[in-house]
Amino acid sequence: MNFAATLRIALLALRVNKMRSALTMLGIIIGVAAVIIMIAVGGGAQARVEEQIRSLGSNIIIVMSGSMTSGGARGGAGSQPTISEDDGYAIGREIEDIQAAAPTLRGSGQVVAGNANWSTTFYGITPDYLEVREWTIVEGRGFEQAEMNGAGKVVLIGQTVAKNLFGDASPLDQVIRVRKVPLTIIGVLDRKGQSMTGQDQDDILLMPISTARKRVLGAAQAKSRSVGSIMVKVRQGADMGGADQRMRELLRQRHRLQAGQDDDFFVRNLSEILQAQEASSKVMTLLLAAVASVSLLVGGIGIMNIMLVSVTERTREIGLRMAVGARARDILTQFLVEAVTLSLIGGVIGILLGVGGAMLIAELAGWRTELSGSSIVLAAGFAGAVGIFFGYYPARKASRLLPIEALRYE
Amino acid sequence: MAEALIRVEELAKEYRMGNNVVPALCGVSLEIAAGEFVAVMGPSGSGKSTFMNLLGCLDHPSGGRYWLDGQEVSELTGDQLAGVRNRKLGFVFQHFNLLARTSAQDNVALPLLYSGMPPGERKRHAEQRLAQVGLAERMDHHPAQLSGGQQQRVAIARALVNDPQLVLADEPTGALDSRTSVEIMALLQQLNREGITIVLVTHEHDVANFAGRIISFRDGRVIEDKPNAANDAADLLR
Repeated sequence: MNFAATLRIALLALRVNKMRSALTMLGIIIGVAAVIIMIAVGGGAQARVEEQIRSLGSNIIIVMSGSMTSGGARGGAGSQPTISEDDGYAIGREIEDIQAAAPTLRGSGQVVAGNANWSTTFYGITPDYLEVREWTIVEGRGFEQAEMNGAGKVVLIGQTVAKNLFGDASPLDQVIRVRKVPLTIIGVLDRKGQSMTGQDQDDILLMPISTARKRVLGAAQAKSRSVGSIMVKVRQGADMGGADQRMRELLRQRHRLQAGQDDDFFVRNLSEILQAQEASSKVMTLLLAAVASVSLLVGGIGIMNIMLVSVTERTREIGLRMAVGARARDILTQFLVEAVTLSLIGGVIGILLGVGGAMLIAELAGWRTELSGSSIVLAAGFAGAVGIFFGYYPARKASRLLPIEALRYE
Repeated sequence: MAEALIRVEELAKEYRMGNNVVPALCGVSLEIAAGEFVAVMGPSGSGKSTFMNLLGCLDHPSGGRYWLDGQEVSELTGDQLAGVRNRKLGFVFQHFNLLARTSAQDNVALPLLYSGMPPGERKRHAEQRLAQVGLAERMDHHPAQLSGGQQQRVAIARALVNDPQLVLADEPTGALDSRTSVEIMALLQQLNREGITIVLVTHEHDVANFAGRIISFRDGRVIEDKPNAANDAADLLR
């Protein structure tokens, strides 16, 4: 008996009981669709985290100034200027695994352009900063060495600031006043979007660190070399922990700290936090998929139930087939093919529904979903396996019937 | 005399019901030659159906031996018996046992499905047999669209489709009115004249009278085995 004939017999038997077949398939349809949607939602969350890691720039370590204690009250990180620009250069120069180290000064204030104004954050940076943050300039140019050395009155502008000050007009070569200091815009930064904490990373101005120190931040900073933080990028593939450790040692040495004395700086390893988040979202995806799989399992039990009913109902048919020469394995194959067909058709409909559902969720709830080919293959494979697993018992029961008893069955 | 088509020796069958062993057939020995038309008679519980099931290779005997067409079949496994049924036997049942919602042609072709014949040939064979039983026009009808007599004709065509050496008919007229019964018997007689061996189980003397030999059973034993001057069913129809 060939497979095409078996398949035809199975399809005929399923068509004869349309309603029952449809209801049986429903279990599989819901199961498969649920698995696909859950994996898509989980995958979307994961992709978001990965994107955040990328937008922050990967392999980033941030060194911050230590805290200051005054009258028993401890200030937060950065309240005491303990790290300097030169610490930054030393880190970049002396530690091999570090690709770039960018000392930064941070300030905020009102920015005025013509009759528009906007309050934003500005950073005094070295060109390394753009490398560390993997940030590109979409319009204009970066800082030149002369501007770095001579506190040039130039500034790079983030997309949000540009939009708020100039609307759709090009901000290039315009002059803006930052804390009353006129600076010329020489470049526009690429869009970076929100940070993982929800901050708008494009609401920013970048200027040479010397400019920030000498012209904008004012007298308190003018003579010092201290910086608020140093952003450090570790080389791709290098050991983050090791680089972190060597950097701490270098800073302790430079700050002449004795053994036993606390660090006078803080080191934050952001990608570690993000990686932990990524791992947790992976676990979440797995959990969601596991819950969805339960419904697939229930669908499979539905198939078994219907196939058992079907075998009982068609006992005489089975008897007749045996009388005219069907062997036990012919009967087994027939009912197994029926069960698998049922679950595969259900699987295909479930995949379509799952893909549609994932898109709908993305559209309506605004969640990001990530459809993966592997999850679809997985769901389809699982549906087939459910058909075989839960179809086997009823099929075997059918094939074990004795011809005379099956023929006599009322 | 050539080897008989059917030879049974001390054929016995017992059924186990709880702790009791109920003998259904106690040592039957007989031969049926190729080309015979035999009626098996007896009241219910006489063992005639058990005998029929054993002849049809649908059941294993508890004792004795059975040769079909020179091959000993009493020792074969279930799957081997299925093969024997497929190649050498045709069945006609009291309640037709046609597949519902399946065309007459597909019903007739069913045994060929299990002998691995290609679809085109299956169709052709089924067409021939349906024409032979006078249903060439009803090829695509489903059982529900056919009368009882027509359904039994489809069943007979199905029994013939694999060119069997033996057709076993179990009360083939049991569910039919008397005129249709005679028509069916006329068809069986005609097939017998064309050389097919037929064994028929019935409890009606009228039906048995169309056969050329009548074997009577009682309490699991053959009590009478005699030739019969067969009535011609075709005559009665005129």
